[in-house]
Order: sequence, then structure tokens, then C-alpha cells
Amino acid sequence: MSDVKIGAYICKGCGLGDRLDTAALAKIAEREGKAAFAKEHDFLCSEAGVAMIREDIEKEGVNRVVIAACSRRAKTDAFAFDGDGVAVSRANLREGVIWARPDTEEARETTQEMAEDYVRMACAEVRYMTPPQPNPEAQTNRRILVVGGGVSGMTAALEAAKAGYEVTIVEKSGALGGWAAKLHRRVPDHAPYADPQETGVEAMIQSVEADPRIEVVLNARITRTSGAPGRFSADITTESGQTRTENFGAIIQASGFIPYDASKLPELGYGKTPDVVTQLELEELVRQAGGGPVKRPSDGKEVRSVVFVQCAGQRSDKEGHLPYCSGFCCTASIKQAMYFKDQNPDIDTTILYTDLRTPGYLEDFYRSGQRKGVIFTKGVASEVKPANGGGAVVHFKDLILDEDVQVEADLVVLATGMIPNSGVDIEKPEKREGQSDEDYQKALEEARVRMGLNPGEESVLNLQYRQGPDLPKLRYGFADSHFICFPYETRRTGIYATGPVRRPMDITQAMEDAVGATLKAIQALENAGKGRAAHPRVGDLSYPSFRRDGCTQCKRCTVECPFGAIDEDEERYPVFNESRCRRCGTCMGACPVRVISFENYSVDTVGQQIKAVDIPDEFSEKPRILVLACENDAYPALDMAAQNGIHYSPFVRIVPVRCLGSVNTIWVTDALNSGYDGVILMGCQKGENYQCHFVKGSEMAHYRMGKIGDSLEQLQLEVERVQTYEVAITDIERAPRLINEMEQLIEKIGMSPFKF
Amino acid sequence: MSDLNAQMVEKYRNSFLKEVEANVEEGEWVKMCMQCGVCSGSCPLGPYWEHPPQEIFMMIRAGKREEVLKSESMWMCTSCYNCIVRCPRGLPITHIMHGLAHYAERLGLAPKQNPTRRFALMFWDNIAKHGRVNETVLSIKLYFMDGFSAGIKRALEMLPVGLGMLKAKRFNPWGLFFHKGCKGKRDIQKILAKAREIELAKAAKFGG
Repeated sequence: MSDVKIGAYICKGCGLGDRLDTAALAKIAEREGKAAFAKEHDFLCSEAGVAMIREDIEKEGVNRVVIAACSRRAKTDAFAFDGDGVAVSRANLREGVIWARPDTEEARETTQEMAEDYVRMACAEVRYMTPPQPNPEAQTNRRILVVGGGVSGMTAALEAAKAGYEVTIVEKSGALGGWAAKLHRRVPDHAPYADPQETGVEAMIQSVEADPRIEVVLNARITRTSGAPGRFSADITTESGQTRTENFGAIIQASGFIPYDASKLPELGYGKTPDVVTQLELEELVRQAGGGPVKRPSDGKEVRSVVFVQCAGQRSDKEGHLPYCSGFCCTASIKQAMYFKDQNPDIDTTILYTDLRTPGYLEDFYRSGQRKGVIFTKGVASEVKPANGGGAVVHFKDLILDEDVQVEADLVVLATGMIPNSGVDIEKPEKREGQSDEDYQKALEEARVRMGLNPGEESVLNLQYRQGPDLPKLRYGFADSHFICFPYETRRTGIYATGPVRRPMDITQAMEDAVGATLKAIQALENAGKGRAAHPRVGDLSYPSFRRDGCTQCKRCTVECPFGAIDEDEERYPVFNESRCRRCGTCMGACPVRVISFENYSVDTVGQQIKAVDIPDEFSEKPRILVLACENDAYPALDMAAQNGIHYSPFVRIVPVRCLGSVNTIWVTDALNSGYDGVILMGCQKGENYQCHFVKGSEMAHYRMGKIGDSLEQLQLEVERVQTYEVAITDIERAPRLINEMEQLIEKIGMSPFKF
Repeated sequence: MSDLNAQMVEKYRNSFLKEVEANVEEGEWVKMCMQCGVCSGSCPLGPYWEHPPQEIFMMIRAGKREEVLKSESMWMCTSCYNCIVRCPRGLPITHIMHGLAHYAERLGLAPKQNPTRRFALMFWDNIAKHGRVNETVLSIKLYFMDGFSAGIKRALEMLPVGLGMLKAKRFNPWGLFFHKGCKGKRDIQKILAKAREIELAKAAKFGG
């Protein structure tokens, strides 16, 4: 590390100069932080300040820069020296120190100590950082693979082609169009939202076929997918058994949905009389009628009355039913009732609903249906029986009039839902050795919820990933995406799920969704070409690497990577696929022998910060609390708390981490060993409604910290000294409170005996 | 039982809705109700209605013709217009309630003893005769609506108010014997007769 030259820059703006002794900070940076020099500046983020740093980089050969000024979340544009082969560390003196402390004489000493520690920490961190270089294996491939030729897939293909990218659509059936092609008309997508409109699928198919950038492969499946963003390789196998291998930069999975099997609803008359049909079957009947009156399937009599039963086998906890709302069926029934009303206004059409859901402007479509004389009855159907002489009788409870009634109709239409066509359950449990039956049953139950009614028999993508052949699912078989922050991102970088495979949706929503997924796919392949992260650390050049001679092949990193970025080679060493990586560092946190690191983020960069903090002796009444805070939520929450004038303990030293999942337990045990009195870990919400950017990071951290009690007992320390919390970005009052509570706790249980 | 069954099935045909649309003032709005219940929740007399407006709309759609038309419910409306202001679908609920009451009266199905109905008829006779309300006669009639002794009792209760009004020249006891009415009494009666004719012609179209 002979070529490391640290330049430390201490800002005096924003009141830092008034509140802190910056000359002392500069001295500490030089003496303790081993900086080549430390400079103070009145206004560091100004043009002059930045120019000063740039000049030092160019003329003085500074390659490590310490900015002791505001939070690393502020002024990122001014202090962006990363691209120049320079590593930058930020000491958070503004939000982290002066704004978090009262401006009083008594507080002055501890506030200054806080600032000094942050300068020490920044110097220590930067010394162990390496300026990140782009991934040398980066490849650019501007072709996109679209799996599925329905409305979502075709929209994605057309959008990608318009943006100048080559597309291959692989469709398993013999024709493009998917389920939408089977519709007579669709729910309107534009004002005045009054009548059913042409599906537009024919025109869409024509433009797909006419587009020179789009290749369509029908009757084909993906039999193998390997690689990573920028260099995916896929085997496309046609029905005849011919296979060809193609390379792609990104993949869009638009594998759509499977209609719910209505034969599971005998209580609603399906299968008992042909006059009870599903919405899809009605579309076929209407198409057959060709504009004339619709005929009853049982005897060909003209239909004079229709009852639509909403939520058939949906929004129900009964076994074999869908627990969720499929979202499209209310407006679909209104549309279908209009088929009848538009043909003959004297036909009675009743929609039997419990909650009518007509999102957005489709409320106007609902009104239009009412205007056309469609009767909306709030009630729950209990039974549908075949009627004498054709048709069926619907027994239901009227929820407004609170009575059991029945109505006879020539035709009963069941609004059944959609099941995502998302492939196999890659997390399907197998009974492990030593696992109790009870635990195994619990795991099986979780798998049932995860897959819902998805049969999970045939893989869609056949990924050659260590984690399994398809995208992970969260609930009911829908491909998991981060629905709070990044709805298009699946847990497989460069593979984007879109349309009803991601969540239930109608045509309008699916088309909008496909545009989003396409833009994401383009982003992913372009970033992969430049060797940098696409998401969520956009533009991050660093990527994890491991020291092979230290690796014990324990496979923890490959198992715990939430994104399947790490495979194993023949010798069972990890193989990092950089462009699949999201740079969360969960592998780094997992590694028991600590051989995994990023160039600018490693066990050392954080470990050295922890060590750099000055620990006063046991009798000083100045405890030290270490906070490892997620940089996405907890750290900004603390910044915002300080911006809002919320003060917290001066004994706390906060280290931002990429994700709580990257926290290696060695940091915690080292901290306690070197005399810290308490450690707080702040990550995001975990579990089913996770908010973690990296899906599993926070969960992993909680799991790992659950086991740290043993280490504490060995050290004969109180277990309360280590706390793990879920902190949201909005917890601006709670996060400082948690810190202050730790200070009070330490006051109660006493200082750590490990201070030397 | 099967007879009742058939009746119920028959009820769920939507012909009554059409009847209402054709004959009741603003009746074409009934189908636009989305059953949110804001009207029922907003009505200051809501708890006293047997069937609040939301339910009335549902009953019309369910074809409960007799039950709706014989109901006392729409006679409860005091025209405060709270429901109209709040209805997210913009239904003129107050007008529909009055329209329904009026229609029921026309068909002879309205509850005979309903006090609102009786007062309304009294008021109508009074104003139609002279083109202007004779307040003295109207209030005396209202007091004695339920018989002589009840009338005396009510009048005595209101005595202080009546004396006060007399002092302030807001009450004219001579009105009991002399009432001028408005200038064009005959013209007013002609107008009313014509209006009635038009209404009946409209009703005849749908056999109401």
C-alpha cells in the first residue's frame, strides 16, 4: 500500500467552523489518520473547494480523498471523484455531528470528540479502499429475449424494437396473442370509457410480424438459460425437437397466466349444466354469435337473462380457491354485460358482486354499464343449480336487503381468476436430515402459500443457476418483485417479469407494465456492457471477489446470495457472476472466514473504522455505542432526524453499511472486544412484507445476530448489549430514540469491562 | 312454497326499475346508485327510516314494487339535501324520494295515515284554492287533524306563541273568515289543471 496518498479535506461551511475545532480535526487526520495533508476550506462543495481537491488529485497524486463535511448522501455530484481512480470516504460531520447535537457549552466537548472519531474513521476506511475498476468480463449484447407472446410479451418486444434493440419472442403455442386474442372485445383504455373496444391484438401481431428487429419463434420453449446480464445464453427448443442456442443481453419473462379451473366450483353449477360458463367461455359464445343474439349452450335458445357471479373461487379462504383478487374480472363482467345490452337492451343482465373494483377511469365504465341498464346487486352466491327446462337458478344472499333470494337466468357466467404461470417452486423444501416432522410440515405449508394453485410442474426459463431453474416466488406463485421500491426487479438480475406472471392485471395494466420491464431490461444490458451495477446501486463499479486460498468451500455465500449471483465451480469454489450481482454484500456478511470483499467495501474498510474510534476508559462515563445502519433506510432516517433538529447521544458512532446482510459478525465481536459498550444494527423490514432493497439481507442479518448470544456469553457480556432493529426510512423519531435507549441501558447495566 | 319461490324469481326481473324510470321524477337516476350508503349515513332522520335511501334503491332494482310504494320511508324525507350534497354519484336523492312518494300517492298505494302525507294534502288544497296559503286556516286544520280534543290541546300548548305572533302582527285571526288569495286565481287553477293533464298523459304511457 505504498502508493496510498490520503488527502483530507475539512469543511468549515454550514456552521461546522463555528461548532467544531477544525484545526484540531486536521491535526488528527494528519497524525492519527496518516493523511499526507489535511486542508480546511470555508465552503468545500463550492467550485473553488472542488477545484482545490481536483488539483491535488492531479498534481499531488492524491488517490484517497477524505471529505469531512456533510453526510455521504449530500453533495454527491460535487464530491464524485470515484471515476478518476480515486477512492472517496466521507466523514459525516454535519448531519452526523453538529446537527445531531445541541449547540451548548456543556455539549461542546462530546460533540468535538464525535467529530474527531468520524475523521479517524473516514481516514481508516479510505486507507483500506481500492478505487473500483469496471468488471473486466463485461460484455455488451443488445438482444433481448422475450418469453411469451401475449399482450405483455408483444408490447415488450415492440417497445424494445422501437428503442433500437433486437428481440426474439419465444412463444410456446402456435400463435401470438395469448389469452387476449381469444377475447371478443376488451375493456376500454381511453376516454370516454363507455363501451367495449376492439382488442387491438390483431394489429399488434401484425406490427410484431412486420418489425425487422423482432424475431418470433412459435411452438417453442426455453430449455436452458445460463449466463448473466450482457451474456445470457438460451436454448430455444421447438416442438419438433430442434434446439438452437442464442445469446442475449437481458430477458423479459412475460409468461402470463393460467385460467382458474372452474371445475373446482361444482357448488356454482360449473359442469352440472352447460349454461354455467366462465368469462373466457362466454367470449367464445359471443364470438360464435357474430353480432347476433347469444344462444344458450344447453338448447340453443336465445339468452334473455344473464347473471354474472363475481369472485367465483376468488378472495376466499376455502381450499382450492384463490385467496386474492384477480383485479380484472369486475370490469370484464361489466364489459360482457354490455355485449348483451348493446345487442338487445331488453336482456336482463345482473352482476352479483360483493365489492366492485373498477380502478382508475374504469369507474366511468361502471357508470356506463349502469346507464345501459346493467343491474348491480350486492350479494354472495351460495349455490347455482341447473333449472328445469334449461338455464340455472342462482341462490344468493342479498347483502343490502339482508335476505336469501334466488334468481333464474338463461346463462350464468362465473368470474374466475388468474393463476400466474411462473414455473416451478425453486424453494420447494426437501426433508433435511434431523429435521422434525413438524418443521417439515411447516415448510411444506409455506411452500403451498408460496405457490398458491400454480402447478409448478414445468419450468419456464430452465435457468442453470445454483438456486434453481425459475424466478423465486413470494406468494401464490407470483414472481417475486420488490413491489414497494422496484416493482420490475426480480431476484434474478437482468431477468424481468412482466404482466400477470408478476401480479394479476388486465390488458391496459399489462401493457404499461411491459413498457416498464423493457426499459429495465435495456438499462440492465447497457450497464452490464459497461461493467457496472444496474440496480439498485446504479453505476457501482465494484463487485465482490474472494481470496481463493482462504476459502473453505462452505457454500454459505452461494446459498445466501438473494440474487443467485454466485454459482459453484467443479471444485465447489464460488463463481461470482458480477453482472448478476446487486452489490449488497450479503456474501461478505455470510463468509465465516472473511475472504469475500469489494474493492471499496470490505471486512477491513468497516473493521478498521470500528478500530479507529477512540475508546475512553471505564471511568470516563463516556460509553461508546456502535451503530451499523443500512445506508438505504436507517442511515437516511438518522440524517433526516438531525435535519429536523432531533438530537441524540454523543457516544454513538454510526457506520453506514450497504445492507444489514453485509454485516459480518466479526465486526460485532471485534467491537465488543475492543471496548464498545453496545452495538445496534439497523436494517429494513424483513419477512413477507419486506422493505429490504436486497430482499433477504435484513432477514439474514437478524438470523445471524440471533446466534450472537453465544459469543456474548463467552465474553461474559450481557446479551442486551447487541440489538437488532427493523428501521424504516420514515422512523426519524424512532431511530434516534433507539440510540438513546441504548445509552440508558448502558447506564443501567454498566460500562463494558473490555476497555484497555 | 313453490308459489312464493316463483314470486321471488319474478320479483328479480327488473320491470319495476323501468316503471320507476318512466314515472317517478328523476327516476332514471335509480340505476346509477353504487350502494355506498353515504346517503343513509348522512340522513339526519336516517335511524327512523324503515328503509333508508340506499335500501330503497336496491329494493327498486330487486323489483319489490309493493314494499317500496307502500313504504312510509320516503315520506320521512325533510328535504335537508344532505344526501344530494354528499352522494358521490350525484344522484338527486331528495327529489327521487319525493318523486316516489308522489308516485305512490298517485297510485293510491301511499300509507293513508302518514302525517306528512296528510299535511301535504292539506297544504296543497289550501294553496291551490287561493293561489296563496291561508296560514290561519292551515294551522287550525293541522291542529285539529287528529280530532277536536287533540286540536284543543295542541292549540292551548301553542297559545303563548300565538299571542306573541298576534302582538307582532304576524298572525291574522280574521284570516279564518276572510282570505283574499292572489290576483290571478283562475289563471293559477288553469295552469294547475294543465299540468295535471300532462302528468296523467305521461303516466298513461306506462300504464301507471
